[in-house]
Amino acid sequence: EKYGLGRPALPEEVAAWDLDVAPDGTGLPAGSGDVFAGEEVFAEKCAVCHGDFAEGVGNWPKLAGGQGTLDHDDPLKTVGSYWPYLSTTWDYVNRSMPFGNAQSLSADEVYAITAYILYSNDLVDEEFVLSNETFMDVELPNADGFILDDRLEAEKHFWNPEPCMADCKDSVEITMRALVLDVTPEEDSTGAPAETAPPDESAAEQVFDETVETTAVPDPELVAKGEKAFKKCKACHQVGDNAKSKTGPILNGIVGAPAGHAEGFRYSKAMKTAAEGGLVWDEAELAAFLAKPRKYMKGTKMSFAGLKKDSDIEAVIAYLQSYSQ
Amino acid sequence: APDPLITEVQDWASGLGEGVDATPYGLPIQFESDVVRRNVEWLTADTISSINFTPIHALDGTITPQGCAFERHHSGAIELRKEDYRLMINGLVDSPLVFTYADLERFPRQNRVYFCECAANSGMEWAGAQLNGAQFTHGMIHNMEYSGVSLRTLLEEAGVSPEGKWVYVEGADASSNGRSIPLDKAMDDVLVAFKANGEALRKEHGYPVRLVVPGWEGNMWIKWLRRIEVMDQPVESREETAKYTDTLADGVSRKWTWEMDAKSVITSPSPQAPITHGKGPLVITGLAWSGRGAITGVDVSLDGGKNWQAARLAAPGTDKALTRFYLDINWDGSEMLLQSRARDSSGYVQPTKAQLRAVRGLNSIYHNNAIQTWWVTANGEAENVEVS
Repeated sequence: EKYGLGRPALPEEVAAWDLDVAPDGTGLPAGSGDVFAGEEVFAEKCAVCHGDFAEGVGNWPKLAGGQGTLDHDDPLKTVGSYWPYLSTTWDYVNRSMPFGNAQSLSADEVYAITAYILYSNDLVDEEFVLSNETFMDVELPNADGFILDDRLEAEKHFWNPEPCMADCKDSVEITMRALVLDVTPEEDSTGAPAETAPPDESAAEQVFDETVETTAVPDPELVAKGEKAFKKCKACHQVGDNAKSKTGPILNGIVGAPAGHAEGFRYSKAMKTAAEGGLVWDEAELAAFLAKPRKYMKGTKMSFAGLKKDSDIEAVIAYLQSYSQ
Repeated sequence: APDPLITEVQDWASGLGEGVDATPYGLPIQFESDVVRRNVEWLTADTISSINFTPIHALDGTITPQGCAFERHHSGAIELRKEDYRLMINGLVDSPLVFTYADLERFPRQNRVYFCECAANSGMEWAGAQLNGAQFTHGMIHNMEYSGVSLRTLLEEAGVSPEGKWVYVEGADASSNGRSIPLDKAMDDVLVAFKANGEALRKEHGYPVRLVVPGWEGNMWIKWLRRIEVMDQPVESREETAKYTDTLADGVSRKWTWEMDAKSVITSPSPQAPITHGKGPLVITGLAWSGRGAITGVDVSLDGGKNWQAARLAAPGTDKALTRFYLDINWDGSEMLLQSRARDSSGYVQPTKAQLRAVRGLNSIYHNNAIQTWWVTANGEAENVEVS
């Protein structure tokens, strides 16, 4: 039965709202953008939350890294490690980003940002140009990582006509208590924050106890400059009194320390191999690493594109040296 | 000694109270000011794209008042006037249409009570007991009576083409939160709703129009609904790939896990609602629900799941709506490990955490419907714990 209500949607109206893009590319507009252009737009419009290198700032989403972590504790789910379809990235950036200024990007900008996110995930090289024509050439690593809901089969045993009512187990012990973690917001103040971080954030707390030989007392001005430049590293690394290993290892005493030295941190294979080979983070090695991490050490987990300016590298090393212990 | 509240004339018994219209739209009395939604700050980067929790520990019955029903926004709660509201149906239809709010009010209407649960409800408890309060462990849920139009009615008005297999539904806010829904579900019980609990939707719940997708995860209940596109394939939007998918221990992830399985929780006593009266008569109460049908029974255990007894349902369970249960006991003052276990009309029995983890591992953020344990000590206080 038809009620004759509503009116025809005009083609221009449908075009204005029907923006979604499907995995097979349906809905993609003509356009293109390369990694280089993407880096610029990303730095301007995305990096404040997602970091210069798509590594994420604070609790904001990380867009890069995490490949190979999906079967680990606390997998890191990013475009590179988790998202099955590139269309999802394009579509989401196009319709929902930037946060607070959605639907302000041109099609070319969206292609460029998407290309840069692919680059940040080591999925394309820096020459790559993403367009409506090259779009279907890109396959994301986790495209085959999904199955359809199989609860009816895999959890069939939860359908149980006669659940146990008496003497269902021999003994009952308390195995875990929420109060031990103490992450619950205070009751009486409206929404007071919990003082303790959630448990999955608190990785092993380790400080180097090696005596580190420092070459010279760092120049205070250079240290101050280094502290500023270190902001780029802070999303993953901590230094100082209460520092812990987070996404990246704790960096107290890193200058002059042997590679792979933060206990309890899960280093990449590449870093472990280098450590076994006797790599020591003297100033020259650190400088080379910080300039182009993934070129210096293929397979490093550090998903950072590198510090472009030599003066920043020098300053960051001086800053780290000031926490030499 | 005689109670002065009885023997002495109180102010309220001799003076006058407020006249009508003192508060044209009423608020709860000041003494109930602690019964509010609460946020867990460390969960999200900021409150614009965030979630808070219904104070289920302090409510009774089954209907959630809108003012304390949990909120979840992806780009904040927008203000969209009815006059500015448009709903488009396009894609694989005979005639793409645009409806105004006034148009929607002219279609035959339905009233239905359904629960809306975020897929992440209890998600923080996957790896272990973490948050101490039913509000925080189970408060991403509300249950309202919706008035609106069947989505089927609107789709039939536009005329679905034979190749149409999915509908993609999206909101008018900046997040453009969109989800793909199979056509079968869209033609079954989905509502395009504009009233909840008798009054207009609150802005935080999608005023003036939201989608109601009974029994399915809350993220699909698109708020500020602006467009319905009939398609031959799913969009695979961010919210159905990057989010709201369930990663198993081997790193493979389930997608399209739409139904919310049967679940229950004791709301009182609980960490935020301790026993303050000592031993003697004690009302144990809680909520049960299932996205696969109606609740047929709830069992309660006082000893951590060793022995169970059937609780009393306040009313027979109804399809995809909250059911209130009670167990009236004479508490002897000894400690208890309180649990509840829901059963639904599909024959499903709410599993333990160990049973869920055995199938899914520790990394599934979503769809944790495990049995909850409250450890009630002799002083009446309760704590969120896990038991063997």
